[in-house]
Amino acid sequence: MSAPGAPGHAPDAPGHAPHVPGQARPAPGEHPERPFAITLDVGSSLANRTGAWRTERPQYVRRLPPCNNACPAGEDIQRWLYEGESGGEGYERAWRVLVRENPFPAVMGRICYHPCETECNRCQLDEAVGINSVERFLGDEAIARGWQLPAPGPASGRRVLVVGAGPSGLSAAYHLALRGHHVTVKDAAAEPGGMMRYGIPAYRLPRAVLDAEIARILALGVELRCGERVEDLQGELRAGHHDAAFLAVGAHVARNVEIPGGTAAHIVDAIGLLHGLAEGERPQLGRRVVVYGGGDTALDAARSARRLTGAEPVIVYRRTRERMPAHLEELEQAQEEGIAFRWLSTIVAAGEGPQHDAAGSEHGADGAGEPSSDAGEPDGGPAATLRIERMRLDEQGMPQPTGEYEQLDADSVILALGQSSDLSLLGELPGVCVEDGVVAVDERMMTGHPGVFAGGDMTPGERMAAVAIGHGRRAARCVDGWLRGVAVEPPPRGELAGFDALNTWYYADAPRTVRPLLEDVRRQSTFEEVVKGLGEDSALFEARRCLSCGNCFACDNCYGVCPDNAVLKPGPPGEAYAIDLDFCKGCGMCAAECPCGAIEMIPEEI
Amino acid sequence: MTHFYQTGTFAVGNRLLDEDAASVQADPARANSITKGHRACQGCGEALGARYALDAALRASGGQLIAANATGCLEVFSTPFPESSWRLPWIHSLFANAPAVATGIAAALRAQGRTDIRVVGQGGDGGTVDIGLACLSGMFERGDDVLYICYDNEAYMNTGVQRSAATPPAARTATTEPLGTHPGNAFGQGKNLPLIAMAHELPYVATATVAELRDLERKVERAMQLHGARYLHVLVPCPLGWGSATADTINIARLAKESGLFPVFEAEDGRVVRVSPIRRQVPVEDYLRRQKRYAHLFAGAGRPDVIAQLQASADRNIARFGLLADGGEEPAERDIGLLDVLATSERGAQ
Amino acid sequence: MPSQIEGSLAVARTVARCRPQVVCAYPITPQTHIVEALSRMVAAGELAPCEFVNVESEFAAMSVAIGASATGARVYTATASQGLLYMAEALFNASGLGLPIVMTVANRAIGAPINIWNDHSDAMALRDCGWVQLYATDNQEAADMHVQAFRLAQECSLPVMVCMDGFVLTHAVEPLEVAEQQDVDAYLPPFVARQALDPSAPATIGAMVGPEAFTEVRYLAHAKQMDALDAIPGLAAEFERRFDRASGGLLGGYRCEDARTVIVALGSVFGTLQDVVDERRADGRTVGVLAIKSFRPFPLAELRAALADAGQVIVLERAFAVGVGGIVSADVHAALAGLRVPIHTVVAGLGGRAVTRRSLHAMLDQAHAGSLPELHFLDLNTQLVERELARMREGTSPGPHAENILRELGIVAAGPV
Repeated sequence: MSAPGAPGHAPDAPGHAPHVPGQARPAPGEHPERPFAITLDVGSSLANRTGAWRTERPQYVRRLPPCNNACPAGEDIQRWLYEGESGGEGYERAWRVLVRENPFPAVMGRICYHPCETECNRCQLDEAVGINSVERFLGDEAIARGWQLPAPGPASGRRVLVVGAGPSGLSAAYHLALRGHHVTVKDAAAEPGGMMRYGIPAYRLPRAVLDAEIARILALGVELRCGERVEDLQGELRAGHHDAAFLAVGAHVARNVEIPGGTAAHIVDAIGLLHGLAEGERPQLGRRVVVYGGGDTALDAARSARRLTGAEPVIVYRRTRERMPAHLEELEQAQEEGIAFRWLSTIVAAGEGPQHDAAGSEHGADGAGEPSSDAGEPDGGPAATLRIERMRLDEQGMPQPTGEYEQLDADSVILALGQSSDLSLLGELPGVCVEDGVVAVDERMMTGHPGVFAGGDMTPGERMAAVAIGHGRRAARCVDGWLRGVAVEPPPRGELAGFDALNTWYYADAPRTVRPLLEDVRRQSTFEEVVKGLGEDSALFEARRCLSCGNCFACDNCYGVCPDNAVLKPGPPGEAYAIDLDFCKGCGMCAAECPCGAIEMIPEEI
Repeated sequence: MTHFYQTGTFAVGNRLLDEDAASVQADPARANSITKGHRACQGCGEALGARYALDAALRASGGQLIAANATGCLEVFSTPFPESSWRLPWIHSLFANAPAVATGIAAALRAQGRTDIRVVGQGGDGGTVDIGLACLSGMFERGDDVLYICYDNEAYMNTGVQRSAATPPAARTATTEPLGTHPGNAFGQGKNLPLIAMAHELPYVATATVAELRDLERKVERAMQLHGARYLHVLVPCPLGWGSATADTINIARLAKESGLFPVFEAEDGRVVRVSPIRRQVPVEDYLRRQKRYAHLFAGAGRPDVIAQLQASADRNIARFGLLADGGEEPAERDIGLLDVLATSERGAQ
Repeated sequence: MPSQIEGSLAVARTVARCRPQVVCAYPITPQTHIVEALSRMVAAGELAPCEFVNVESEFAAMSVAIGASATGARVYTATASQGLLYMAEALFNASGLGLPIVMTVANRAIGAPINIWNDHSDAMALRDCGWVQLYATDNQEAADMHVQAFRLAQECSLPVMVCMDGFVLTHAVEPLEVAEQQDVDAYLPPFVARQALDPSAPATIGAMVGPEAFTEVRYLAHAKQMDALDAIPGLAAEFERRFDRASGGLLGGYRCEDARTVIVALGSVFGTLQDVVDERRADGRTVGVLAIKSFRPFPLAELRAALADAGQVIVLERAFAVGVGGIVSADVHAALAGLRVPIHTVVAGLGGRAVTRRSLHAMLDQAHAGSLPELHFLDLNTQLVERELARMREGTSPGPHAENILRELGIVAAGPV
């Protein structure tokens, strides 16, 4: 349609539609016409599924953190640290994860030797995470706030006897009660706790803490009968109509050695000393205390003596500091308290008069063994000394006598040379095998006698409360299975999360917090707790130092570093991330930048 | 309550952080200004850097942002008909004119009274440092209200890895092969765009890498608080062109900074005002070994002389920007004028 | 009421009344007076809201225009000659993106050798860049065409260049009407972009299109320009109704209706040709002149209708295609294909050489005598080129094509044409 006067156009000219002046145009803000191909709609690339490019794909994994792997009690340390990191309500969540395995966090946060920290991957970055400190914090919080253990399951109608109310027995009782079994715990001592009460002094483990955690277990309906020694197990089982038994009598019998000599030096065993202290007795100790032995019990005895006598005891040990079995922290605290050490020394004889060695021969003509010139009390009383022989280590690291002697003032000798178990309750129980003073058990913690399980110090293995607690837990699971006639498989252990799997760049620099210690002067005179716990700020800080090895802790790195926006972030926190496999090109950046090694690349099926 | 978190501000996100302290990328509702389905190579640093920068700019501008993009990898892999990965208004015109197109957009918005809408111009090193330099300089000197972002992968990658003025010395490209005595790309050449930008006395010039998300977001946010011409230079490794593993992209960008070869700093009105200190210094070799474009420096007897030259260059950067002083996790304040920086340049030192 | 003003100023004032929102400018003779005037108006606040951007090159000017137009602003710029070439890449980009930019081209010769005077070689070099190309025959039309150009651009989503002869028109001072603001407003509604960069409706503009769709995209660009062939006459008619003077349109004929010889030309030479036509007619020769005002899109059908009855056609061009011959005449040949109308190409006025009435009369005499070659360079200094060619010939033997040139110059005996 041409206006008049303008040149017309031939009707058959190719390809144009007439223009109509005044035709309606788009309203402001509308852009209805997008030129073909030149202009594209936003996000139309979603039609191009680049997932087809992949030759390998990322996969979220859960690896076994070294702390979890090392914990003899089987705690899911990484998990409860994860919960605790949130603070606030996270503490209770963390505690509940922890007590799924171990009902004694406040105790263990004080007395455990934390192999978890030794294995902690953070050691290779700066220093281990203070797992033990955080465990103690959670345990103390629980006590302060009165958090209760989970309620037991429906009653199974089964009855289980637990002999020994130490860490192993009580742990087993707890786990058995959770599974709905009726548990009777018998212990020969006046109060429950085993070595926790009678072997560990109050300055390491206040009684109130121990009592609170034991009471919590008993509140689940566990029947506790203290002061009742089980002499005959079989009889006990019949009389109590028990369907199974877990034995955890511990090792409370002191191993002694004969030290020939007079009566000037008062000789006691460490176990007896500590047991008496726990019962409120005041042991008879002089001012020159010598402790013979190199384990933790020796240190406990020496430090207790320090507090009781006001004088500084001496520990005599046949090997060196590096080879003593006592744990380093205990040793350091003992040294801080003024305990002295005689390394590479054995006690040959005690008392006054001519010194005889253990073999009975008399010294004199050999030129060794002259009475020490400063022997004898100023008041002229009988001289209280020990004859010490110096040792040396041979090529195998075993101590060998040197024939050199010296005197050591001592009016009290505490022997801490190891403990053994009183296994008399076993009687002639068929099938049970005892070797080297401990009862053999299979991987189900069962002795050779069906239905009779055992754990703790009376079975082979490292003698540590955490180990004992782990035995109790494992045994309870196996007892439960045995009672129900079901085979119990140990849960599969995943791949270990080594340091190499981590990308440590992403962890902020954070030196470890140190637990404050009681002032020296108070450590000399009271049994007040020496190591104080961390305040909440510090505990939280420490928990947050955890690298969460092998387990996603929702740092969003994968979600952030994918150039293809192919990681899906879960809605609620705590749910797993996912890979958008329609678009993931398999570049591997998510796996490379995951701080904790929770992503691995696996070949794609092509 | 302590404000320490196990991963500080290094990781993308942290469930323990308050929302307002979280990165833009951690947000499940982030803009995804360039979304999935694009045709970038696996492990492409530029695709990642563009999303980082534009998502941050979108947040800072309340979603009121327009982008002009030069020809190059970023444009080609994101808009092949009929698929576009962009989710914000975006225009591609030519190779050399992204800064000028951005100027035009800003002018139109100003005339329309819509100055709440902000403008970003972006391109690769080729389109910025070489062919786009005239338009870029014009935009700079007029002070047009544009934030220009250069994604620097140190060569013309889209056309097959040819040398640009941003290609570092000794790097192998298709037009700087290490044949005969040539070390790869020659020493003594190249343009330092951040310094050129500083010479225009812009209100804000900054360098960043794709390895440090929080730092990059902070710089985008800072730039968006200002008006006038602003320049951001982001190092983005290219696995294809650099000959590196696709999973290594962020690590390599990190090593570029930690070795001192790529200084990360901010400048205002022609003076360096802040640097990101090196956290865990590495020798340049740690960086070079991961890239086949430097393989000729290690093959056979290698070229220790060239490596030493590169190390000297890194050391010079460390000295002149003070990259090791005040080492820590936060940026460190500085006050270094452009002329002082130039006085310790490669050529100045020779 | 007309004002005695320079052509550039009339254009600037008319453009100002079209309410451009962004004006970007890089100086090049002979367009500078236009943008200088606009710059003053913007600085004085007469054009608000308008952003005036001093760019660093013509390439930047067109790029800034692209960005601004894509954001939905009405945009204007001006250039010439080398500047037009320098923005060549951007011209194709602007038309490919369908951006309604309006630009004045003050036609000027292209170097080498550098030459600042008027011819059409600049716009002709970019005739295929996808822009609408309009050629003004005088300053009034030049000014008025800008109003129509803005309207055409935004309705068809096409960029439009208004060509006006450099110096000849731009620097000529004469009585000119500048369109009144209210009339312009009534004629030219506010610009509403068909597509725009807008956060409230985001789109991706400028995708990469491969073999599977590129042909279709280009066909659509062609179809869009063909749409303009219909739009242009309508807009011209509407302009005449509102402004009470004729200007623009596809073609402009003068005394062609019964003409035996029709001269086809672009630009200001039309005025000279009108005088020549009147003089010929006074002598009883039926000559007419037809101005092509819309060179792109090329009005094939309209031209064919206008020239179908002509005895011969002379296409007078101010540019030519080196190695081939005429540019406009090639399109005229296409328009008249199949018709037995002889077409001559006369290249005149290159580099600003005046096209005089005397030369035009001589040309027409030759045409009437049947001795006008098919390709003829008006006022060529044959002595000079003969001397130069002879000098260059020593040592080389010319082939058939060069021989034609020499034949035309009379150096070699002319054979039948």
